[in-house]
Amino acid sequence: MIHDRHFLLLVGGILAFLTVASSIGWLLARRPASESGRATVENLNARIRAWWVMVAVLAAALALGWTTTILLFGFLSFYALREFLSLTPTKPADHWPLLAAFYLFLPGQYLLIGWDWYGLFSIFIPVYGFLLLPILGVVRGDTEDFVLRMARIQWGVMLAVYCIGHAPALLLLHIPGYEGRSALLLVYLIVVVQLSDVMQYVFGKLFGRTKVAPVVSPSKTLEGLVGGVAAAVAIGTSLYWITPFTPLQAMGLSAAIAAMGFFGGLVLSAAKRSMGVKDWGSAIEGHGGVLDRLDSVCFAAPVFFHLTRYWFAL
Amino acid sequence: MIGKVLFALTRFLVGGYPRWIGSTPTNRQRIYFANHGSHLDTIVLWFALPEALRATTHPVAARDYWGKGRLRRHIGIGVLNAILIDRTGQGPREDVLRPLHDALRDGHSLILSPEGTRAFERLPGPFKSGLYNLAAAHPQVELIPVYLENLSRAFPKGAYLPAPIACTARFGTPISVLPGEDKGAFLERARAAVSELAG
Repeated sequence: MIHDRHFLLLVGGILAFLTVASSIGWLLARRPASESGRATVENLNARIRAWWVMVAVLAAALALGWTTTILLFGFLSFYALREFLSLTPTKPADHWPLLAAFYLFLPGQYLLIGWDWYGLFSIFIPVYGFLLLPILGVVRGDTEDFVLRMARIQWGVMLAVYCIGHAPALLLLHIPGYEGRSALLLVYLIVVVQLSDVMQYVFGKLFGRTKVAPVVSPSKTLEGLVGGVAAAVAIGTSLYWITPFTPLQAMGLSAAIAAMGFFGGLVLSAAKRSMGVKDWGSAIEGHGGVLDRLDSVCFAAPVFFHLTRYWFAL
Repeated sequence: MIGKVLFALTRFLVGGYPRWIGSTPTNRQRIYFANHGSHLDTIVLWFALPEALRATTHPVAARDYWGKGRLRRHIGIGVLNAILIDRTGQGPREDVLRPLHDALRDGHSLILSPEGTRAFERLPGPFKSGLYNLAAAHPQVELIPVYLENLSRAFPKGAYLPAPIACTARFGTPISVLPGEDKGAFLERARAAVSELAG
């Protein structure tokens, strides 16, 4: 991976982008501003600093190989699941399903990715997890809010393990003429989905006026959405040369990634509001929790994986 | 070695980071008193304290749990520095508290669970009188309320393995026995100080 010219070019491009972002952040911080303006710039700079770390971690994992990359996503799933279930009011009677979620379904799903066992990977959680979790939940005989309690755990496992797991699962895809380079698809997904988030934030801060979801997510604006998605699609299209897609196909797929990413952020924003919090956690400075950064990946990864698999893979 | 593994496992699985809300970690002599939701309480509160304070801080733990089995005993006494007490109720009460009085007289700090037994409820139940007796006999000791969040969810009664639910230890503003305050009023105020931290 590290010797792949495209990979190195991509990393170089991202580093250049971050350098520009850090310079702008530095200039903004030196400009006199109001109290709230200063707080916004401080948060912006915290986010940019965290991006340097996140890019370094992902690039290092990819450079070290598939196993490290799959392990990295396994840990991300672990922290995302912990954030989700910690905010969910579970009861002592949920202890067995919780143990199964963390110690059986999470490592099991990532082992299946590592073993390249697509058949079981795709049904392990939706079939066996879906059925076993409530079986384990019923043994204590506590029926209060039973459906709600089981649904929360199933939701947590589906989002944090099954959906996020589709990002490293891109490594499994066997695409004719693209052998040994499928890790670039993972980079492509992450670049498009995260850039869409970042540009939605930037366009929203600069030009945002019309709220698209005033109740669910007051910071999301129509101007941000249009600008962010357009920027993500533009980048996604122009990066066609690292993918097995033609420019037109890359355009369609990056539009799907950006759209699903937007809805992921929206849905998980509603989930946060229903639990009465603003952030899933505080693991990443300026961003919130792991799940705050991966909410868009949760929704974009499975769709991108299956679209690519259906049309391009063997 | 076991201590390091236990520390790493605690941080990885449940976090257990401290939030110093009404006090700061200093080497003043203190009694930390917390709600009791799980056997993990002792471990989480212990690791929430800065390492420098742990050498002179002793969790007060039940002999019938932490005294059982070689590993548990080693963790209790060797790693957590605990003072084991008999809560089975045999013998006079002064004898139960004697090792605690001794530790306080030596200038050491204590970690107490005044509820006695584990509860699943979010807010602590009535406090036992030990905290009052210790506080009244050692007025120089600062009393710090601590709220341990989510521990009864991570490791409920009867569980063998903890689930990775994020836990925190919130340290509140010190309280003390007011002049002329009777036992019942003080214990109720102490309990309210812990409940307040539950947010």
